[in-house]
Amino acid sequence: MNAPAYNFAYLDEQTKRMIRRAILKAIAIPGYQVPFASREMPMPYGWGTGGVQVTAAILGPQDVLKVIDQGSDDTTNAISIRKFFAKTASVATTTATEDATVIQTRHRIPETPLHENQVLVYQVPIPEPLRFLEPRETETRRMHALAEYGLMHVKLYEDIARFGHIATAYAYPVKVNARYVMDPSPTPKFDNPKMDNCPALQLFGAGREKRIYAIPPYTQVVSLDFEDHPFEPYRFNAPCALCAAENSYLDEIVTDDKGGRMFVCSDTDYCEGRQAAGHRGSLSAAPYKEKAGSHG
Amino acid sequence: MADQDLADPDMRETDQPLLVAGSLSKSYGRIAACRDVSFALYPGEVLAIVGESGSGKSTLLQLLSGQLAASGGHVSYRMRDGVTRDLATLGEAERRFLFRTDWGFVHQDPAQGLRMAVSAGANVGERLMAVGWNHYGRIRDTASDWLTRVEIDIARIDDAPRTYSGGMRQRLQIARNLVTEPRLVFMDEPTGGLDVSVQARLLDLVRSLVAELGLAVIIVTHDLAVARLLSHRVMVMKGGRVIETGLTDQVLDDPREPYTQLLVSSILPP
Repeated sequence: MNAPAYNFAYLDEQTKRMIRRAILKAIAIPGYQVPFASREMPMPYGWGTGGVQVTAAILGPQDVLKVIDQGSDDTTNAISIRKFFAKTASVATTTATEDATVIQTRHRIPETPLHENQVLVYQVPIPEPLRFLEPRETETRRMHALAEYGLMHVKLYEDIARFGHIATAYAYPVKVNARYVMDPSPTPKFDNPKMDNCPALQLFGAGREKRIYAIPPYTQVVSLDFEDHPFEPYRFNAPCALCAAENSYLDEIVTDDKGGRMFVCSDTDYCEGRQAAGHRGSLSAAPYKEKAGSHG
Repeated sequence: MADQDLADPDMRETDQPLLVAGSLSKSYGRIAACRDVSFALYPGEVLAIVGESGSGKSTLLQLLSGQLAASGGHVSYRMRDGVTRDLATLGEAERRFLFRTDWGFVHQDPAQGLRMAVSAGANVGERLMAVGWNHYGRIRDTASDWLTRVEIDIARIDDAPRTYSGGMRQRLQIARNLVTEPRLVFMDEPTGGLDVSVQARLLDLVRSLVAELGLAVIIVTHDLAVARLLSHRVMVMKGGRVIETGLTDQVLDDPREPYTQLLVSSILPP
């Protein structure tokens, strides 16, 4: 076989060292956005260039990689990134949350609780939580430095004034380790409580904005709110149509052009695991039972 | 003397100056924008700084409010805890905290002092949230209370200031500044760009609020009528220097300096 065209995990070693230094700094200052020299990756911005660089920098030959996109292991983005690392790093890949050591995610935290030997890598489009209220980068940096976060509540105030409740449903701002206000990337606010005191290390990479930030294991993460309008995770009130889960985050899937729709777990691995364990939802397909029966 | 101080704490409170400027200077290269300005401002006092364009009024206001570093001299301010501190020795965090609690700054252009894209209620409530208020209902009540005080219809509380008229924007800016009950407010040409009837209404409002709240105000204006209506004392500036200072009626009715005489006589008769 010819010499490999790429270094292990695509990036050259110097680049990985640079990214690792940024990651170490980010872990040392939870929630603080560390600038780094983001590289061009063989994919467009917005497809997870930040997450891919972080994953490339932390991946070792023994790691088992899982990639999810909106909770799903089988969307284009998830499959492409998984294949990318299977090809450039020859690492084992999996779709099972508990088997993975590195999980790269776009917009979801798996339903299965994470454990200490795992790293969750988020793809982040806009790392600055204050951006839409304060367009000046010099000013937002100063606000972070001086912990002036009144403006973040202005956003929540606007929500309540307009909609009667805090209508921010994703990218819901959190305060990390009682210091930095952080954008948890566009995860639904349903996932915010999972960030708090999480045993796994959480890393956030924003490729276009050139920022890395982190939540070390067992760090306090509090969602911002008002005393009279407390934070509430949102979940559509229905069981999953395939596995009948009552506590998972649901996707709405349009099934025809006559208004038909179904709600299913957005975390495909969790849903499949439950179905394999014999849970049945209202729209579970009959053939699956036969298949399950033939195994048993 | 000490006994007397103890006997009458209120007296002692207003007897000490709130803000003292000593030999303030600022030069941009060879151009001296502000030379050797000294004065003391007492609680509840309204001081007008008048002069033509380029006389150093705005530079002085920026020096006093700590937005610009002076080339020479000092500004000291008596904080809420009674300790007088040199503004140059304050850290940035302290200075910014002072700016959004004990001070107000009313800009000539409301777009500079307001967040044009967020609602009026949030504009007023921002300072409260910045000092840790965390109860939506109370923030909103306080905001509506202040909108009423500056004569803005409560029905407009959820509208963004970009839908407001110039006069309303300026009144909203005042409400936004006064909500934390500051003791000192800086105003830079607050009536500039407003038509006369709106100006009159705004001045009326400012005058009643100042009296009601016992605010100290430093107001920069080129409009002597504004100075006459609002201020207790006037400082006339020319070429970066204070050339005349005194009680408002004294300076405006009986000006001593030739330049002040010229300034006063340049007002068009009504």
